Amino acid sequence: MSTIKLFIDGKEVEVERGTTILKAAGQAGVRIPTLCHHPDLEPYGGCRLCIVKVEGMRGMPPSCITEVAEGMKVTTEDDEILAARRTVLRLLLADHTYDCLRCRANLDCELQKLTEELGVREHGLIPVLRESTIDESNPLFVRDMNRCVRCARCIRTCQEIIGLGAIDFLGRGHAVEVGPFANQPIAESICESCGECVVHCPTGALSFREQPPRPDRKETVICPYCGTGCSIELHVRRDRVVAASGDRHSEVNRGLLCLKGRFGSFPYLHDPERLTRPLVRKRGELVECDWDEALDLVAQKFRQHRGEAFAAFSSAKVANEDNYLMQKFSREVQGSNSVDHCARL
Amino acid sequence: MTNPIADFGKARTLLVTGSNTSENHPIIAHHMRRAIRRGTKLLLLEPRDIPLAGLATVWLRHRPGTDVAVLNAMMNVIVSEDLHDHQYIQERTEGFEEFRRVIEQYSPQRAQEISGVSADDIVLAARIYASERPSSIAYAMGITQHVTGTDNVKSLANLAMLCGNVGVEGGGVNPLRGQNNVQGACDMGALPNVFSGYQQVADLAARQKMSQAWGVPFESLPDKPGLTITEILDGAESGQVKALYIMGENPMLSDPDSGHVEKALGHLDFLVVQDIFLTETARLADVVLPAAAYAEREGTYTNTERRVQLSRQAVPPPGQARPDWQIISELARRLDHGWNYSSAEEIFTELAVVTPQYRGITYERLRQGEQLCWPCPTPGHPGTPILHVGRFARGLGKFHAIEYLPPAELPDKKYPLLLTTGRVLQHFHTGTMTRKAAGLEALAPRPFIEVNPADARRLGISGSAPVRVISRRGQIELEARIDERVDCGVVFIPFHYFEAAANRLTNTALDPVAKIPEFKVCAVRLERAG
Repeated sequence: MSTIKLFIDGKEVEVERGTTILKAAGQAGVRIPTLCHHPDLEPYGGCRLCIVKVEGMRGMPPSCITEVAEGMKVTTEDDEILAARRTVLRLLLADHTYDCLRCRANLDCELQKLTEELGVREHGLIPVLRESTIDESNPLFVRDMNRCVRCARCIRTCQEIIGLGAIDFLGRGHAVEVGPFANQPIAESICESCGECVVHCPTGALSFREQPPRPDRKETVICPYCGTGCSIELHVRRDRVVAASGDRHSEVNRGLLCLKGRFGSFPYLHDPERLTRPLVRKRGELVECDWDEALDLVAQKFRQHRGEAFAAFSSAKVANEDNYLMQKFSREVQGSNSVDHCARL
Repeated sequence: MTNPIADFGKARTLLVTGSNTSENHPIIAHHMRRAIRRGTKLLLLEPRDIPLAGLATVWLRHRPGTDVAVLNAMMNVIVSEDLHDHQYIQERTEGFEEFRRVIEQYSPQRAQEISGVSADDIVLAARIYASERPSSIAYAMGITQHVTGTDNVKSLANLAMLCGNVGVEGGGVNPLRGQNNVQGACDMGALPNVFSGYQQVADLAARQKMSQAWGVPFESLPDKPGLTITEILDGAESGQVKALYIMGENPMLSDPDSGHVEKALGHLDFLVVQDIFLTETARLADVVLPAAAYAEREGTYTNTERRVQLSRQAVPPPGQARPDWQIISELARRLDHGWNYSSAEEIFTELAVVTPQYRGITYERLRQGEQLCWPCPTPGHPGTPILHVGRFARGLGKFHAIEYLPPAELPDKKYPLLLTTGRVLQHFHTGTMTRKAAGLEALAPRPFIEVNPADARRLGISGSAPVRVISRRGQIELEARIDERVDCGVVFIPFHYFEAAANRLTNTALDPVAKIPEFKVCAVRLERAG
């Protein structure tokens, strides 16, 4: 791969040919504000917050979609650029429900962070009213188009990463919003509820219904469902799992999860119906007992039924170590090869 | 899988069959759909109008259970049009001539009569599979859960070898495993005929090796293969099996003909169930042992592409629940075997020694983030993402001459509809885990049966009406969903719901080799209920 040299804010930088100015600036340690840009997605150039000046180039090109060229001289910020960015931000805010404290994305909102970074508190414009969709049809997440900045990150996620394309821009001009075909409720669309659009949304326009408390730590586990083997980060607070997210280090799922992994991998762990003590049948009823009583009884009965009289069902849901020990137990301790599991079911 | 998941993105043609991938393996479906967006062609051999059907270049909508006829006809076309890979067949395979004599009998027209798929579509699909290579095959239980399941899989292997698609990047024959550790459970020897690493119990040397490693007398290890799950249940009913130890399975919902399962379990002298919930099966037990769930202990799982992965402990188990390996060890100690494992890692170290495919894998390597697909035979080995490169595991790849055989139970006058079963996007297997997640349950709260509009009209059934579904083995009541996802004459029920358990209806007929029950085809009739 050949490299080229360019100047970012007067500093010489060497980067790979074909890189964008935004990436080159990142490599040079210069931050350029962005909103529609996301590293998981193809360059888009929608929001115009990442505009820069390039010597000899007309206007202010968006750095996220402008390729570097040999000897290019880039200015990432001056008064004029800053003023333009603030105007872009004010326009976005004028069309945005501005009640951060009640928003699910509060303190985790890229728009909010930009207002802080660029020093914009009031938009100072007269908002043009429009009716935006609030779609609460899906029990897992809510779509509030009053908080949408039309960055298309959700649309692009669903198309580029998920390959589904359940949502797109609908309508025209000021009335443009994001929705599924014919703006039907999302729950009635082809959406698979994986939640990746929510993960990639920079604001509170898409938000999960469950709002977990902040985790103390995260632990990496393998998803308990299908055989794909996605890696999950379980968010743990006070020894309870409060949320799950995709592990970006995994070669299998690269941060993605499906709805079972994201929403179904932990609620059952803390279900009140979990078994917490051994049970033994006494006079027809299963009653709680201590481990010693249960294990002694099992050992006594297993001793009576060795060889072909003994059989075991191991499990495709438990770890390798458990399966290894179960077949070893059946063969070594009980003298029976009748050990199987539900691979066929 | 012969190839890694990422290879679906490198295929120019994908043949997906017997897999509703986007609902059952959503992350794998992402790989497939991204490839299709870039121009990969999708061939779908599938009776239901699953979400992937909309993306298929050719959708072969066959009658359930007629897979061999369609695949043989595709291979008939490939050979008669001389699209097969002569060099690959000559250098790397055997049995071609005998195989060829059988597929010559399967013209596309004959397959059309058997399967209902148009002969033209079969020809088109065959040409694409053979010419736009590498071609990758993905399949799941829609292929295997038939009395001809083994034949179906062998036919897919025939097709792949015919076009030189095994042992190449972006190709392969790729079963999508339905549970997080089916691969590992098989690798670990949780099967009646093999120790870990597929070492035959009937093999003298294997028994010697294991008895030495385990420190027990050689004669104490039985040499006769044991019983499979379905045979164990039959054995319980006949009195041969007296004690059964069930860990983490719920055969009352997951096995065919639950009436038979209940009766068989009732015949046992002693039933132990080790699980995280009081499942339908645990309710019948003499002793129930509370186990730790996956996130409550450390352990390794082997995914569908043979990747061995380490899962950490995130939270402590509830109450007195314990990891499965601790419970088993404790029982072994009480039965005078001195098992003193102190951690899952210690067990892994032992199993790696006796399991050739796992020998080079350690917890340490996994902790360091190494991505290891077995076989990984030595300490520094990088793992083997693609199998059969240059040479098949058995030497030469064997073509099997396979004739089409019909399913064990087909619709007739009394039971005129063909029932097929499967999963929905929101739920998993018998629902014991997913149905505890309120959001998932809200999306898919009720059992249903998909009925084609034409059948519904004839039976006088309207949308969401309660219906009774009756087979020779049992009956259930549930809501009808009038939907063209199923073809005329076919109905579909997801098997997640205990309140209308699909396996009250299904047939226990088995594939004679793999002993898989024929969940995907049985005959039923429908009546309006209530």
